[in-house]
Amino acid sequence: MDAIQAIINGKEISAEPGMTILQAAKANGIHIPTLCDHPAVSPFGACRICLVEAEKNPKLLPACTTPLTPGMVVFTNTPKVIEARKAVLELILVRHPLNCFSCPSNGKCELQDVAYELGVKESSYADPGDTNTSHEYEDANPFYVRDLNKCILCGRCVRVCEEQAQYHAIDFQGRGIRTSIQPPVGSPIELSDCVFCGQCVQVCPVGALSEKTALGMGRPWDIEKVKTVCSYCGVGCEVEINVNRKTGKIANVTTNYSSPTALNKGRSCVKGRFAWQFVNSEDRLTTPLIREGDTFRKASWDEALSLVAEKLGSIKERHGGDALGFFSSARCTNEENYLMQRLAREVMGTNNVDHCAHL
Amino acid sequence: MALYRAHVLICHGTGCASGGSPKVLETFREELQKKNLDKEVLVIATGCHGMCEFGPIVVVYPEGTFYSQVKPEDVAEIVEEHLYKGRIVNRLLYKEPISAQKVCHYKEIPFYGKQHRIVLSNCGYINPDNIDEYISRDGYQALGKCITEMSPAAVIEEMKKSGLRGRGGGGFPTGLKWSFCAASPGNKKYVICNADEGDPGAFMDRSILEGDPHAVLEGMMIGAYAMGADEGYIYCRAEYPLAIKRLQTAIHQATEYGLLGENVLGTDFSFDLHIKEGAGAFVCGEETALMASIEGQRGMPRPRPPFPAVKGLWGKPTNINNVETWANVPRIMLQGAECFAAMGTEKSKGTKVFALTGKVKNTGLVEVPMGITIREIVYEIGGGIIGDKKFKAVQIGGPSGGCLVEEHLDLPVDYESLTAAGAIMGSGGLVVLDESNCMVDTAKFFLEFTQRESCGKCVPCREGTKKMLDILTRITEGNGKPEDLDTLQYLGEQIKATSLCALGGTAPNPVLTTLKYFRHEYEAHINEKRCPAGACQSLLRYTIDPAKCIGCTKCARNCPVNCISGKVKEPHLIDQEKCIKCGACMANCPVGAISKG
Amino acid sequence: MTEKKIRSLDDLRKLKEKTGDLTSARSEDDKVKIILGMGTCGIAAGAREIMNAVLKELETRKLHNVAVETTGCIGMCQNEPLLDVIRPGEPRITYCLVTPADVTRIISEHVVNGRIVQDKLFGRAD
Repeated sequence: MDAIQAIINGKEISAEPGMTILQAAKANGIHIPTLCDHPAVSPFGACRICLVEAEKNPKLLPACTTPLTPGMVVFTNTPKVIEARKAVLELILVRHPLNCFSCPSNGKCELQDVAYELGVKESSYADPGDTNTSHEYEDANPFYVRDLNKCILCGRCVRVCEEQAQYHAIDFQGRGIRTSIQPPVGSPIELSDCVFCGQCVQVCPVGALSEKTALGMGRPWDIEKVKTVCSYCGVGCEVEINVNRKTGKIANVTTNYSSPTALNKGRSCVKGRFAWQFVNSEDRLTTPLIREGDTFRKASWDEALSLVAEKLGSIKERHGGDALGFFSSARCTNEENYLMQRLAREVMGTNNVDHCAHL
Repeated sequence: MALYRAHVLICHGTGCASGGSPKVLETFREELQKKNLDKEVLVIATGCHGMCEFGPIVVVYPEGTFYSQVKPEDVAEIVEEHLYKGRIVNRLLYKEPISAQKVCHYKEIPFYGKQHRIVLSNCGYINPDNIDEYISRDGYQALGKCITEMSPAAVIEEMKKSGLRGRGGGGFPTGLKWSFCAASPGNKKYVICNADEGDPGAFMDRSILEGDPHAVLEGMMIGAYAMGADEGYIYCRAEYPLAIKRLQTAIHQATEYGLLGENVLGTDFSFDLHIKEGAGAFVCGEETALMASIEGQRGMPRPRPPFPAVKGLWGKPTNINNVETWANVPRIMLQGAECFAAMGTEKSKGTKVFALTGKVKNTGLVEVPMGITIREIVYEIGGGIIGDKKFKAVQIGGPSGGCLVEEHLDLPVDYESLTAAGAIMGSGGLVVLDESNCMVDTAKFFLEFTQRESCGKCVPCREGTKKMLDILTRITEGNGKPEDLDTLQYLGEQIKATSLCALGGTAPNPVLTTLKYFRHEYEAHINEKRCPAGACQSLLRYTIDPAKCIGCTKCARNCPVNCISGKVKEPHLIDQEKCIKCGACMANCPVGAISKG
Repeated sequence: MTEKKIRSLDDLRKLKEKTGDLTSARSEDDKVKIILGMGTCGIAAGAREIMNAVLKELETRKLHNVAVETTGCIGMCQNEPLLDVIRPGEPRITYCLVTPADVTRIISEHVVNGRIVQDKLFGRAD
């Protein structure tokens, strides 16, 4: 199908058929603020921040859910649009706490960004006592904390859980002002279907969800993202290690839903995202060790590998290849596992090959 | 079939049933048996007659005698006198409030005189649990005509010609809506009946479902044929157990007759129908939320496009109409579009059912031709204001609607006129308010409802309606600030402009229209800390007129918090700080020296 | 249970004919009215038997468009049972001292064919 031609803010643009106004604007370098939209999940139309005006349309349109149609003339920053965005933002801020100083999301908070962009410091409608304090701070599990008083109900976590993780562990509960994001009625998150993959934490635009281990480990502006491959299993997920430049320590692990190279497309599991503490562990082996009597001594890789080769060779000579068995690991790639079974069969002459999953 | 010389119709609508009509029916059966009349007098439970104010209602045919407020102990007399001896029981006749005359016959009652009962023509007339009675009144003939003699396109054309518009509130032309769904590609399509009537005080759809369920079924089947759908859902709130029971019976009987199922009337048309009980969330009346609810999801609206006609229930093309719209369909197809289009105004055709409530003498269910004036509804059908107080406003269209005032009394009731005046047709709630109703309090009532029923998805509806309610509450409690009115106006406009669905998009209407027409009442609350209607309890002040007070001490003795002081034979005084506004002093004052305001 | 399925539009129309009398008593169309005196006097003179005979005859003849009403004593007790017939647009005809045997005649002659049964005629009210 042919590309769609349209005009946004007086600029002629071209977009793929089926794109929403927001997607088309983004692809053409035009910024439209939003809070509930996220590339990882389907459009939702809940936050009403991305409202725009279009010619021949008396109503304001949500850019995130309205398809761009050929010849459409869109305005993203008219006084009417800005006024509406401000009104909506101020309504969010009626109950959202403004104690950004102590918030772990300070500096990466998207609500903060939108407020900054619109020049809104606080809500003119807030009365004393309006700030949300009804939810308890939930930190029972070792992975993430929930501070629902900061939740703006954008629904990203619900959608990422349903669409990416596909566990549907949480959903909206209650109505009106009492709406909150919860696991099924009456069960804490720890006893729900949640597998703690942490994707909800990553897509949360505010400080309602944050990694427990990252607390105090570094402000967003101290962080350098290091792209790498997760070492936990053979899938090879692309992850970003967030390293605090000042301390050189890991703060947390994130993924990139927009990365063209990531085969996991931003998805992750509990281990890849949360189980990185071994990196800084004092018990971690950093060189091979060779046993001598009751003790171990450090050795170089060359020495260690030579020793293993020699010992394996002598066992094969004395007892035959079948006296040996080869176990490999799920943390190895397919290629590594393939090579190991060739080593076993062709070099050592045995079919005793197995895998840690059988242990 | 046995011949019955007389038929006793006992209303079993929810109103009359809660007033004890099942017991009345049982007593009729017993008494008739005692008199050996049970083979010649038929007793039937019917749907709502509309005059719920005067239930339980019993109508005796062939005379058409209309008895109101019948109790079980009255039954023996009706049987002995009327059914046996042929003498009408005068004392049980309905007394007309305007002329204070007793009215004998159904059709002579002014309440019905101005009405035009098309959709309700079977309500209160047939036994809704007997498909044969529906068939005897031309039931399913329209379906037969459509599926054997007309092409789907011809059916849609006829609907377009009729000018019928959606009765659920939107007022979208039904024929056009059908044509969208019909034009949508796909070999699986659905039709849905929206029976999630949730406006406070509205019971139009419930009465139709309870009184004439087959009309809804037939309408849906005609629609399904026209649009190429083979499956339908009736989404009915679980709070309507009687409607659900009647629908179940109707579906069962229609299935037994082969009117539902495979190859209806020997044609290629097949249709299955299910009932889905909703849990009573107001927002599920919004069509995208309704479909989410049928699918087992949380009832939350989703943005359109895609429209249900393209991507609806389970992603298939779907058409949703409300109960009253569907019930209109068989009549249109049977009597012809011209006949329907002859009623009403240029752009609003046919009739509309309203639930008339509030401060009128005859509350109940009324069906009027489009274009009738509000004055006719309030004064002629409704019988005027209770206690002949001064008319103040009508709240039309429920929580999404607005208030219309005295200057609008002669406004014709049609989609365009109502919208132009700031109200909406809505689904048919019509609440009449008199001088004792506080408009700030009324607006607060509706906003309390919408903010509680907001699904919580979009910001303006969730946060904005709560903020507006906070401000209204503050005003009614005497803590309003002068700038509150501008804030209400601004928030109301922004919420309307930015909300995702019609719930939020219309929620501010009651506030905005009352601000427009009754700004002075708001100002009195804020600036003078006074409720002109005397309805806002926090602002009530009881005062003793020293000129009238005779010092009898009766008020002081009856005050539960001892806040009235004064010596015998000297004027007394109320301590406003301590007063709990119970009104006991005023009720006990022998000389009317105490006033509230 | 017998087969109830309606297999064609014709079947449906037939069923409508069959079910017509279910609601015809409630219809406000012009109908022939038969009114029976059911005062104490009428009942004592045998009006109940007349009623039974009327209903039986109407059923036999499948006359669904006839309304049978009752009325109280009209002061001519010695002439009971009294039976009135009103055909639409015609005067009210009163028959007196009606016996069950007369009922068949009154219905076939007057109700169906519009010919007044002179020998039982008591009077007419215009």
